[in-house]
Amino acid sequence: MKDSVESYVTDDGRTIGGVMLDLRNITLRFGGVEAIKDISFNIREGEIRAIIGPNGAGKSSMLNIISGFYKPQEGEVLFDGVARPPMPPYQVARQGIARTFQNIALFEGMSVLDNVMTGRMNHMNASIFSQAMWFGKAQREEVENREAVERIIDFLEIQKIRKTPVSRLPYGLKKRVELARALAAEPRLLLLDEPMAGMNVEEKEDMSRFILDLNDEFGTTIALIEHDMGVVMDLSDRVVVMDYGRKIGDGTPDEVRGNQGVIDAYLGVSHD
Amino acid sequence: MFYREAGDFKTSYEADSQTFPIAFDRYRYWVILAVAYLVIPFLINDYWANAILVPFLIYAIAAIGLNILTGYCGQVSLGTGGFMAVGAYSCYKLMTSFPDVSIIIHVVLAGVITAVVGAAFGLPSLRIKGFYLAVATLAAQFFLVWLFNKVSWFYNYSASGQISAPERMLFGAPVTGPNTEPWVQYMVCLVFVTICAIIARNLTRGTLGRSWMAIRDMDIAAEIIGVNPLKAKLTAFAVSSFFIGISGALFFSVYLGAVEVGEAFGIQKSFLVLFMIILGGLGSIFGSFAGAAFLVLLPVLLKVIGVDLLGWPTDLVSHLRLVIIGALIMFFLIKEPHGLAQLWRIAKEKLRLWPFPY
Ligand SMILES: Nc1ncnc2c1ncn2[C@@H]1O[C@H](COP(=O)(O)OP(=O)(O)OP(=O)(O)O)[C@@H](O)[C@H]1O
Ligand SMILES: [Mg+2]
Repeated sequence: MKDSVESYVTDDGRTIGGVMLDLRNITLRFGGVEAIKDISFNIREGEIRAIIGPNGAGKSSMLNIISGFYKPQEGEVLFDGVARPPMPPYQVARQGIARTFQNIALFEGMSVLDNVMTGRMNHMNASIFSQAMWFGKAQREEVENREAVERIIDFLEIQKIRKTPVSRLPYGLKKRVELARALAAEPRLLLLDEPMAGMNVEEKEDMSRFILDLNDEFGTTIALIEHDMGVVMDLSDRVVVMDYGRKIGDGTPDEVRGNQGVIDAYLGVSHD
Repeated sequence: MFYREAGDFKTSYEADSQTFPIAFDRYRYWVILAVAYLVIPFLINDYWANAILVPFLIYAIAAIGLNILTGYCGQVSLGTGGFMAVGAYSCYKLMTSFPDVSIIIHVVLAGVITAVVGAAFGLPSLRIKGFYLAVATLAAQFFLVWLFNKVSWFYNYSASGQISAPERMLFGAPVTGPNTEPWVQYMVCLVFVTICAIIARNLTRGTLGRSWMAIRDMDIAAEIIGVNPLKAKLTAFAVSSFFIGISGALFFSVYLGAVEVGEAFGIQKSFLVLFMIILGGLGSIFGSFAGAAFLVLLPVLLKVIGVDLLGWPTDLVSHLRLVIIGALIMFFLIKEPHGLAQLWRIAKEKLRLWPFPY
C-alpha cells in the first residue's frame, strides 16, 4: 500500500504510524438514496482524524460502516492492510474498534459501573459454569476487569457516580460514561460521533482534554465527528470533509481551511 | 439507626460486588436461611406445606427463571406453563425409565432437557421482538400442551392420560408418592430454591448477566460494543428454561404427585408466573420471591378473611382475587415496573437515612 509505509512525528512529538483503517470507494445506499458516494480515505495509527460536514452529509453513516452496522453496497474496508470480510458488529468490536453514539446509547437500566463493565465484554471469557458458581476464573476475571474499569473511571473523573443508575445522570455526564464504556474495551480505534454535542464550553474543554490525553498516553487512534470547528482545528491531525455523501476535502486542518470548495460548501455556511 | 453502611467500607472489589453489600442485609439473609432450614422443618404441617410453603418455593424457582428471560434479558415469554410441562414430563419419563437413579438427578436432568427445548423455542427471538415474540412463545405454550396430550408415549400410554409420580426415596425417606411427609417435600424444594437462587444471582451479576441486560436496554448498542446477541438471547432462554424445567419437575413429582397437562401447565400458569415477576419486580431475584409469595398467599388470605371470617360465598372471593391482581398489575406496570422489590429498596433507602433525611 502506497501511503502506509512512512510514519512521521507531529509538531507536538507524537508518532503517527502507517494506515490502520483504509476505506476504499465506499458507496452506501438506502433504497434510492445514496447516503455515501464513492468515498475513500484512511485513518493512520495513532492519529486523531476528524470527519466534518453539514447535517445529513453522511458522517454517522460512515462510522456505522466502520463499526460494521451498515454494509456498503460498494467498496471495501481494510483493517491493518487486510480486506475485512462481512461480519456482524460484535466481531468488529472484537477487532479493537469501539465507539460512542450521536444519540447517547447507554444501558439505561444499569448502573454506571455495569455499563462500563459491559464495555469489557471482549476481555472476559469465563465459562457459564464458572460464572454460575462464581468461582475460579469467573471471579478472578471479574476482579481483574474491575481494576481496569476503575482506572478508566478515575481517568474520566466519574468516581462519584459509579453506582448511580445511568438514567438519573444529566446529559453531559452520560456522554462521559459512554466514552468510559467505549474506553473500557481498550480499543485500538475509537470512533466518537459528536462527543461534544450539546455541551457547554467547560464540558467541551474537559472532553477535549480527555481525547488528547487518551491519544497521547495510550496511543489510541481516534476518529471523531464534530461540528464545532474550533474544537476540530485544535484536536485533529487530519480532517475529512463530507457534503451530500461526497468527500470534498481531506488534509490537515490548515489545508482544509484553505480549500475553496470546503469554504463554499461548509465553512462558509456555518462559520460565524 | 440500625441499618447503615457507615463503617462498613469495602476494601476489595470482590467484597464490593458481593450479593449483600451492607452487613445488616447479610445478617438478615442468614437469619432467614437459618429459620428456613432449622426452624420451619420442625414446625411444618400438611396444611402449611401444601397450601403455602411448597407451592411458594416451586413458584419462586419458576419466577426466577422467567425473570432471567423477561426481567433481565427483556424477552417476553408466555410459554412458562409449557416449559414447566417439559420439565414435568421429562422428569416422569426419566423416573419411569431409570427407576434406580436418584430423583435429584432426574429433576436436574429435567432442567437440562427443558433448557435445550427452551433454547430451541428461543431461536425466533433472534428475528422478532416484543409483541411478536410473545405471540411466538404463546404458540410454543399451546404446542407443548397439545404435544403432551397427544403423544401417549409421554404418559407411558396410561388410560387416564395423566402422569403420576412413583415413590422414590432419598436418604431412606420417600420424596415422591403418597407417603411423602410434608417436611421432606419442603426440604427438597428448599434446597433446590437455595441453589437456583445462588446460581441466578451469580449469573446475573457477572458478564453473562450484563450481556442480558445490555440486550434488554438497547440491543443495537449492545451488539456494537461487542455483545453477541445470539449468544445472549439463547443463553437467557436456556438458563431461564433450566429453572422453569426444574420447577415443573418439582411441581409434578414432589408437590402434586399426579398431573394432567392442560390443567396443571396451561396458559393460566404462564400468566401466573408472569404476574409474579411483574408484581415482585422485573430484573430482581428478590422480586421473584416476593412475587411468588404474594400470589401464593393472596388466595389463602382472601379465603381465610373472606370465606372463613366474613362468610362470603367462595366464587365472590375468587373473583375478588382476580380483580385485585388485575388492579395491582396495572398499578405496578404504570407506576412501578420494578415491583415490590423496588418498593422495598425505597423503604430501605428511607430507613438508611432515617432519622436525618438528607
Ligand atoms: N438507516 C437509515 N435509513 C435510511 N436513510 C438513512 C439511514 N441512516 C441515514 N440515512 C440517511 O443518510 C443520510 C446521511 O445521514 P447521516 O446520519 O449519516 O448524516 P450525518 O452527516 O451524520 O448528519 P448529522 O450531522 O445530522 O448527524 C441522510 O440523508 C439520512 O437521512
Ligand atoms: Mg450524524
